[in-house]
Amino acid sequence: MPMLEVENIHSYYGNIHALKGVSLTVEKGEIVTLIGGNGAGKTTTLRSISGILKPLEGTVRFEGEDLAPFKPHKLVAKGISMVPEGRGIFSRLTVAENLDMGAYVRSDKAEIKVDLERVFTLLPRLKERRSQVAGTLSGGEQQMLATGRALMARPRLLLMDEPSMGLAPVLVESIFEKIVEINQEGMTILLVEQNALMALSIAHRGYVMQTGEIVLHDKASNLQTNKMVQKAYLGME
Amino acid sequence: MLRTWRQRITIADVVVWIIGLSIAFVVVYGSIKTIEVGKYNTRVWIDLTITGLALGGVYALIALGYTIVYGVLKMINFAHSEIFMSGPFTAVFLALALYKNGFWNSHPYISLLLVTLLAVTVSSTLAVLLERIAYRPLRTAPRLVPLITAIGASFFLQYAFRGFFGSGLQAYPELGFLKGTWTFGSIPVYKTQVVVIISALIMMLILYGFVQLTKMGKAMRAVSEDKEVAGLMGIDVDRIIMLTFALGGASAGLGGILYILLFPVVHFFMGFIPGLKAFTAAVLGGIGNVPGAFLGAMILGILEAVGPSLFLDGMGIAAPYQLKDAIAFIILVFILIIRPSGILGERITQTKA
Ligand SMILES: Nc1ncnc2c1ncn2[C@@H]1O[C@H](COP(=O)(O)OP(=O)(O)OP(=O)(O)O)[C@@H](O)[C@H]1O
Ligand SMILES: [Mg+2]
Repeated sequence: MPMLEVENIHSYYGNIHALKGVSLTVEKGEIVTLIGGNGAGKTTTLRSISGILKPLEGTVRFEGEDLAPFKPHKLVAKGISMVPEGRGIFSRLTVAENLDMGAYVRSDKAEIKVDLERVFTLLPRLKERRSQVAGTLSGGEQQMLATGRALMARPRLLLMDEPSMGLAPVLVESIFEKIVEINQEGMTILLVEQNALMALSIAHRGYVMQTGEIVLHDKASNLQTNKMVQKAYLGME
Repeated sequence: MLRTWRQRITIADVVVWIIGLSIAFVVVYGSIKTIEVGKYNTRVWIDLTITGLALGGVYALIALGYTIVYGVLKMINFAHSEIFMSGPFTAVFLALALYKNGFWNSHPYISLLLVTLLAVTVSSTLAVLLERIAYRPLRTAPRLVPLITAIGASFFLQYAFRGFFGSGLQAYPELGFLKGTWTFGSIPVYKTQVVVIISALIMMLILYGFVQLTKMGKAMRAVSEDKEVAGLMGIDVDRIIMLTFALGGASAGLGGILYILLFPVVHFFMGFIPGLKAFTAAVLGGIGNVPGAFLGAMILGILEAVGPSLFLDGMGIAAPYQLKDAIAFIILVFILIIRPSGILGERITQTKA
């Protein structure tokens, strides 16, 4: 049984039909990437999984359980954490307070401490800046914070929406290294990206999305050599 | 350089600055004159300042509700002045009943405690109900809609209280242990004022500590920044909003009891002026900012108490105390001209990387 199973979902914004029957699966331990251009529906797919936007048709199952009846704030406790598009850090809270909010639903104080140390080891910058107001962090640091915050929930599935957005190439590389590291520690990741080159280089499998539909699905290595992908998303002729 | 400045300054700016400068002139000139004339001695000024601090303390507790509700919902809860009124207005019946059977005089401390608990409970419950019934269904409506609803709710509550309890005045019975003065150094101060100032200070510290240090307080601040992301963190946004209203209501209820220690009379319209002042204080301090509400309230209280005598007396204006509200609001306008976002408010455009 796949960890996450999205089956034929249709989502709407008013009467805009944003997702037209999207299906995808994520197996335990994988990095799966969802790539596609602006407005393809990638963020909408993540919003539909987390229940911020309820799909009108189709089902989302996590570890076999249908997520339809749950409000978004119930999903964290089930084991799904999200790094939202644009990072969504709380800019007036300190770094440490942001990380606290990541662990909001947990009450195992000792274990939270262990996870905080783990996050600080993985993202040492956050430790240096722990008492700084998050709004004053650089873009790269804010991305680290959003990632660290999501990890503080100790999720089993991590949804990431364009972690590379707005970052300089060096920073993008270091973020992706961190993603691989997190995955190697056992985390399952669904990674939404416009930066197809980077995403496909670290993912196991990939889905290509266009105007609300999945148009391709394959192993990441196959997608990297796929003519259509190369032309549309990798800038190769 | 010069030209770009010229282009940027409009007629409206000039008018605003002229108004600002004339206010500043009256304040400075009036104060100098008053001090020169020397009609009042230091004792009087200290008395007036203490009166101002006590008023400010009450305003601060009411202002807190405006500011934290604005924080989470970006809306001014205009019915907050009625939430403030509902506490002491309901508790007066308990006070009178206790007075009748003699308990009020035999156990004044317990009586005050009971009355306070009732006022806090009523105000807090009413605030929560108001949110649940009137505001929650409008959460996603355009911002003007809940605003108008709030004004409607304010009238509704005023006239509901009037309908049930009449439009007359009800007086609280006296509390013997709060009669008279305590002497600090050589200065006698009314006991009620001391109690009000200290209680307000302690309450503000507790509430500030709650918002800054507790998990719930942090969640409240997170919700006020971004509800959607707060939800993704597992924060039950509806519950936090409810808690915010409960906290603001409780603080207003307590403010209500402190208010009746200073002015021991209640009526259905009593919330209007203090509510307006507290709202002003919240805006003055920077709406959404908790220490700002406290600071704004203290400034407004002192301005109202000291301002008339200080600014106007020297210029030979008779009975300037009648102008206290006018002065307070004019100074408010002046401060907002200089700092539109309030004293501790953040600049409106926030850089988000
Ligand atoms: N709040 C909204 N209201 C109306 N339409 C929306 C809304 N959000 C997204 N859309 C529309 O839904 C479609 C999918 O948008 P979505 O944000 O999912 O794209 P995306 O793949 O994440 O794009 P990007 O890479 O630019 O973030 C777009 O056509 C967009 O215009
Ligand atoms: Mg997107």
